[in-house]
Amino acid sequence: MSVNDEPLLHAQDLVRRYAVRRGMFGRPAEVRAVDGVSLTLRRGQTLGLVGESGCGKSTTGRMVLGLEMPDSGGVAFRNERMPPPGTPEWRRLRARMAMVYQDPLGALDRRLDIGVQVAEPLEIHGIGTRADRPARVEALLRSVGLRPDQARSFPHELSGGQRQRAVLARALATAPDLLVCDEPISALDVSIQAQVMNLLSEVQARTGVAMLFISHDLRAVRQMSHRVAVMYLGRVVEEGEPDDVLRAPAHPYAQALVSAIPHPGRRGGRIVLKGDPPNPAARPTGCAFHPRCAVAAAVCARDVPALKPRAADRRLVACHVAQGEAAPGAGLPRHALEAA
Amino acid sequence: MPPLVEIAGLTATFDGVPALRGVDLSVGRGEAVALVGESGCGKSVTWLAALGLLPGKARVAGSVRLDGQEILNAPPATLDALRGGRVAMIFQDPASSLNPVHRIGRQITEALALHRGLRGAAAREEARRLLDRVGMPDSRRRLDAYPHELSGGQNQRVMIAMALAGSPELLVADEPTTALDVTIQAQILELLAEIRRDTGMALVLISHDLGVVAETCERVCVMYAGRIVEETAAADLFAAPAHPYAAGLLAALPPIDGPRRPLAAIPGGVPEPWAMPPGCPYAPRCPRRVAACDEAVPRLATVAPAHRAACIRPLPEGAARELLSA
Repeated sequence: MSVNDEPLLHAQDLVRRYAVRRGMFGRPAEVRAVDGVSLTLRRGQTLGLVGESGCGKSTTGRMVLGLEMPDSGGVAFRNERMPPPGTPEWRRLRARMAMVYQDPLGALDRRLDIGVQVAEPLEIHGIGTRADRPARVEALLRSVGLRPDQARSFPHELSGGQRQRAVLARALATAPDLLVCDEPISALDVSIQAQVMNLLSEVQARTGVAMLFISHDLRAVRQMSHRVAVMYLGRVVEEGEPDDVLRAPAHPYAQALVSAIPHPGRRGGRIVLKGDPPNPAARPTGCAFHPRCAVAAAVCARDVPALKPRAADRRLVACHVAQGEAAPGAGLPRHALEAA
Repeated sequence: MPPLVEIAGLTATFDGVPALRGVDLSVGRGEAVALVGESGCGKSVTWLAALGLLPGKARVAGSVRLDGQEILNAPPATLDALRGGRVAMIFQDPASSLNPVHRIGRQITEALALHRGLRGAAAREEARRLLDRVGMPDSRRRLDAYPHELSGGQNQRVMIAMALAGSPELLVADEPTTALDVTIQAQILELLAEIRRDTGMALVLISHDLGVVAETCERVCVMYAGRIVEETAAADLFAAPAHPYAAGLLAALPPIDGPRRPLAAIPGGVPEPWAMPPGCPYAPRCPRRVAACDEAVPRLATVAPAHRAACIRPLPEGAARELLSA
């Protein structure tokens, strides 16, 4: 195994629980936002994380960055265990990783000009001298396609795409090894999304930064990722090469997601799932997807399927039916109604 | 027989800044028409202006005819009878369109009282039927639910049920699935198509998502900077767009198969409404720009049967195909 194949970051069995109260006098209930997620990020590569709202993809991203501590499981960065947040070791490690958020206007301070905000990480982490900071800021702005004079602009003076470029310039200030991009293009117009995706790919080709690309948009994930993991209700249900997963999704949920990709020129042929995305506070027994699944068998309501390689092609999938452990059932209509 | 809705030369101006610069659009009976474009292009404002829903400071001019009868700047009583009656509208965020302190049933029966004169048990029974119609499970019990007790997809179903209360001839759906998850989006689009099949209602779908539009509508109008720049059958738009902007939008979409390479992004951004280029508003971003593009705003002109584009150098059919397959 060459040096480049060594994982940059490995997360093992991450679990994150929250206590919620239903109503003012309700009993506290436990919500497992992330329920045993493992993932590996490699230098110069992108892992795409897809799923619907509430599936735990953003929480996973925050735990990977050490912004949130897992209740169990752990994150190792370059084979070192992630130190607790707030400690000096953690701060040192944080300079190696950065986050790009969905809403660039919310991620920027409206009262400070772009130059000051891009320089901030340099000051916090003591990178370079005060004298060479303007030159560094200028280089960072150029590297994301902004003009050096835009350092004096305030966030409201920039367009949505330019703001996301500024956020990226700030994220790149410490020359991180890892970027976590949480829905980085969802708030942008279609014509600008392509610009930002191209920019992220360029930055990766130039710097070899690893990326965790979190999105609900499978088209964007395929464009950006070397591997893709599909999450449902706090667990990874399928993981593989983007083209394999898109061409022949193995998990019934991934099949529905892929068939729901809007496709100009195509009509029909969509798998329409019954029911709503389930509530993480009322997690179905067994496979969490079984109430909406068209091929669920009796075992699916009872046993949680493990994420493991499928015999035929080593694709990672967590499904009793896809693994051939159960014959495809006809769905479980009674449960489907309850969940809906 | 005139079309159901005929919009001609519609303009809207906010504090002297134009948002609509002359929109011509007609919707036939039972037809599904899409209005696509990026934020600020005027796709929502077109219908808010047509139905008299813009704030008082907006200056609206032009003509909007419903069944041949002028409704633009009509008296409030006329518009009140029309909105929610013959023409209904649903919006992107169902939770903020519903009243959070009233039960779902009361909100639907209110619409039924206003538009169909139904009261009491009859109204409640009809509300339950409407909830059934939009695929709400356990409809009788859900009448007593508050909006916060329902999911986003269920609230959008309630909005559609309320829109159906007036038996509309036209439903204007403004980004009805944008706030919803992908699998729920598929459910709502399916529901809208089904209702249209059953009732013969016309649908105007406002969306930024070309894919959503492609699967739902027969005709598509692409808007840019307050004007319609291309209008054609949905299938034609995706196979052979004539306006370079429409072609650019399609080319910027990441493909779902084939080799991965840098996306054909449209350079630059949409012009600010107060700093419009002198000629074609798309010219500064357009790969096909020539000097003549900066001289005058191009008019919508026929480029093929039932296919119009506002461009002096529209893409020939073959060229568009090549661009998209490149």
